[in-house]
Amino acid sequence: MFEQLNTEIQAGDIVQVEGPNGAGKTSLLRILAGLSMPFEGKVLFKNQSITANREGFHQNLLYLGHLPGVKGEMTAQENLEFNLELHGLNKDDAEQTLEKVNLLGFEDALASHLSAGQHRRIALAKLWQSQAPIWILDEPFTAIDKLGVKKLEQLFVEHAAKGGCVILTTHQDLSLDPELVKKITLTYRFY
Amino acid sequence: MPEQNPLSYRAAFNLIIKRDLKIAFRHSDDIVNPLLFFIIVVTLFPLGIGPESTTLARIAPGIIWVAALLSTLLSLDRLFKSDHGDGSLEQMLLSPHPVFILVLAKIIAHWLVTGLPLIFIAPLLAVLLHLNENSYGALMLTLALGTPILSLLGAIGVALTVGIKKGGVLLSLLVLPLYIPVLIFATSAIDTAAMNLPYSGQLAIIAALFFGSLTLAPFAVSAALKVSTN
Repeated sequence: MFEQLNTEIQAGDIVQVEGPNGAGKTSLLRILAGLSMPFEGKVLFKNQSITANREGFHQNLLYLGHLPGVKGEMTAQENLEFNLELHGLNKDDAEQTLEKVNLLGFEDALASHLSAGQHRRIALAKLWQSQAPIWILDEPFTAIDKLGVKKLEQLFVEHAAKGGCVILTTHQDLSLDPELVKKITLTYRFY
Repeated sequence: MPEQNPLSYRAAFNLIIKRDLKIAFRHSDDIVNPLLFFIIVVTLFPLGIGPESTTLARIAPGIIWVAALLSTLLSLDRLFKSDHGDGSLEQMLLSPHPVFILVLAKIIAHWLVTGLPLIFIAPLLAVLLHLNENSYGALMLTLALGTPILSLLGAIGVALTVGIKKGGVLLSLLVLPLYIPVLIFATSAIDTAAMNLPYSGQLAIIAALFFGSLTLAPFAVSAALKVSTN
């Protein structure tokens, strides 16, 4: 996979990690989030290794992987409330937040009865309430319709303007102003 | 950006317990299957061996404890597997809480739905096996102290095998040897009680195993989970 990758991501950045399948995009994001350990090299947050101050770093981080982390046995609202509470956010606005991701009317439906796109929406809903400056999103647009993608892109811009940063992978072209988006391109290499 | 206000450790602990209990009660197979397994295994023995009360009374402690071990083993898989499968485990590992607190909450929730019912049902099944009347107290006490150990040690095995597609056999190979001390001292305590002798020695060893695993297992489990999700 990749080597000699050296980059600095600052407040206000939207970074798109690009590359063909198997280039290591997901691996890179997992390393940045602290889920995987890099073979070599390190990840620093505010000049401190992310493993040295794990809880402090995770307080500033919101990570969404390939899997939405939605429990089929709980309703849409319970899933969101749990996600919010786990990250120390106020759960009272869960219903309004579900409205923002077009899930109003499904809040009491068990998640196992909802579609893949709706699962992803439940997972994404916490973006609207997140106070964490660093968002690491692995393929956030999977199974999301066009209008939903537009809304998300707009949310990313607002988040960056507030001083946060967004690191995401996607195979879709972002419709954002190219000046706003930094790109990291990984290449697939044969050995 | 404003700082988040993270939950206190106690609130995070309660949050996970509430969530896991809610899921277990909605997915009631998790509670019913191990319990049913326990009941069936224990009731099969008198049918296979014959109703002779002296033979049954002699092997009753062993049967009940072995059945308890196996039914715990049967239920362990659910502890982290489904959370790993749908990505909620990742979210927990990335939450701003020490992982061992979340892990301890999950293990306690697991014990509440699988271990606790065994303690209540075991004396009823012991009647079927003609367990010596002096042994009931010892049976309850060893189960009360011993079944949490089964959940705690089992969690280490599950955490190590959670990333493996078919980890079932490996899990039993890893976990069952660790259960042997509990089995030996628990059955010995019940046998000793049947002879009307003090069994506090065996009980003290089980209690030591319980506190040892209660304090150390959550750390082992969180380290194992980090390796498994790497």
